[in-house]
Amino acid sequence: MALTGLFLCTFLIGHLLGNLQLFAGGEEGKRAFNEYGYFMSHNIFIKVLSYTTYISILFHAIDGFLLAFQNKKARPVNYAYNKPSANSAWASRSMALLGSIILIFICTHMANFWWKAKYSSTPMPLHRVEVSAPGSEQKQSLYLTTTGSFLPTEGLVIKHGTQIYAPEVNLKVGEGYKDLHSLTVAFFGHDKSAEGFPANEFALLAVVLYALAMLTLSFHLWHGFSSAFQSLGVRHPKYTPFIQALGKGFAVIVPMAFASIPIFLYLTK
Amino acid sequence: MASKTININLKIWRQKNANAKGSMETYKLDNVSTDSSFLEMLDQLNEQLINERQEPIAFDHDCREGICGMCSLFINGEAHGPDRAVTTCQLHMRKFKDGETIYVEPWRAKAFPVIKDLVVDRSAFDRIQQAGGFVSVNTSGRTMDANAIPIPKHDADKAFEAAACIGCGACVASCVNASAMLFVSAKVSQMALLPQGKVEAKERVLNMVRTMDEEGFGNCTNTGACAVECPKEISLDNIARMNREFLKAAVTSEA
Repeated sequence: MALTGLFLCTFLIGHLLGNLQLFAGGEEGKRAFNEYGYFMSHNIFIKVLSYTTYISILFHAIDGFLLAFQNKKARPVNYAYNKPSANSAWASRSMALLGSIILIFICTHMANFWWKAKYSSTPMPLHRVEVSAPGSEQKQSLYLTTTGSFLPTEGLVIKHGTQIYAPEVNLKVGEGYKDLHSLTVAFFGHDKSAEGFPANEFALLAVVLYALAMLTLSFHLWHGFSSAFQSLGVRHPKYTPFIQALGKGFAVIVPMAFASIPIFLYLTK
Repeated sequence: MASKTININLKIWRQKNANAKGSMETYKLDNVSTDSSFLEMLDQLNEQLINERQEPIAFDHDCREGICGMCSLFINGEAHGPDRAVTTCQLHMRKFKDGETIYVEPWRAKAFPVIKDLVVDRSAFDRIQQAGGFVSVNTSGRTMDANAIPIPKHDADKAFEAAACIGCGACVASCVNASAMLFVSAKVSQMALLPQGKVEAKERVLNMVRTMDEEGFGNCTNTGACAVECPKEISLDNIARMNREFLKAAVTSEA
């Protein structure tokens, strides 16, 4: 429990740092985010890391349910009058409830982004740039490729998610980026559809639910971070006050930073 | 100092025997001296019940000076009542207001079944102790004087603090998971910190933790409620120490 919990804390840092790129505006920000997305899905080291994360989440959740089940069994008859607030924090007594809410959130979150980007039956649109030739009013739509060059969108087809093919000769002419940036912007954006993605009419609801999920995560970490160290036996008069302070800081700052992204996207896009 | 008296209402768990279905019963008790202890108040109530030809309330008690660990009682939602660092026998009625309704319940845990009324069977703690809460000493006549072994003052103090545990079970009663970790960790620590206890350290922690799990106590989720309610102020340091001892032993044991 403690080991997977702490590993998932490091995952949160990585995930947050990547997502904070959504604050970068303009074409450059979009390009950076999509390049980052491409790197995350094509690097072998990241692949190992992501599978470790999936397994950790599953183990953490299953172990949590087993513990909660055993703990429930350990007190078959409850007190008629109990005052647990006198001796312990609400978050520390509600880890199973908080964790269950977070698990539901992870499922919806992965359905909204991870599934759409990887397995959706309708292929993900690729990163495109609208430019006009010098002296011309007419806009032209181009694919950005991983070599940094551009390819016209007309006359080319996409195969296997990101490979751009010339259909007549069946030749791969380039590799594009999945447009994860537009997917995210369309999901949380105010009322604007981003290229190739329909506007999310429930964007406000999504933003509110995401913020609530992050509040839940905050309570979970408020207890969980330092609790993991205690479970591993790491307790020392010199270091424990620091670990506890770090845990509280982590529990406030990380979920708040996560929540700020959908709020920012909703207000600005 | 003139003694004050208060009138109180009591809601007390009554249960005929281990198999009977219990319930909370209401009692009214007048003229309770604020100088009396909680147990003396129950004595007074029992006297009243006996005079009314009713069955007196069964509750555990022995030394009545806070060192035997016999008294228990979950009073107004807290083990040993609202006061800190005291057992129920050291809790005084001056902590309660005139006209107050006081809830009195037995410890609630699967591993502590109710025997009668407020009395629970805490022999699970004895079985955990028997699983490893001892040091084997050669008694063939050449027993070494324990004081002849140099022990750092710091370690001796920590061991003594852990040994202050009276095994009352307040930690289990307070824990949202009915976990016995504070008790077991105190018993592991008082030995693990001293050279005499080092010899059997590995088997001790493994056997005691295994017995704790077998007895049906819950798992520790580090809420810290136990240490707050502990009448002997046993520290969470002991739980961390036991976790270290356990990890070390579990990783290196052959079985």
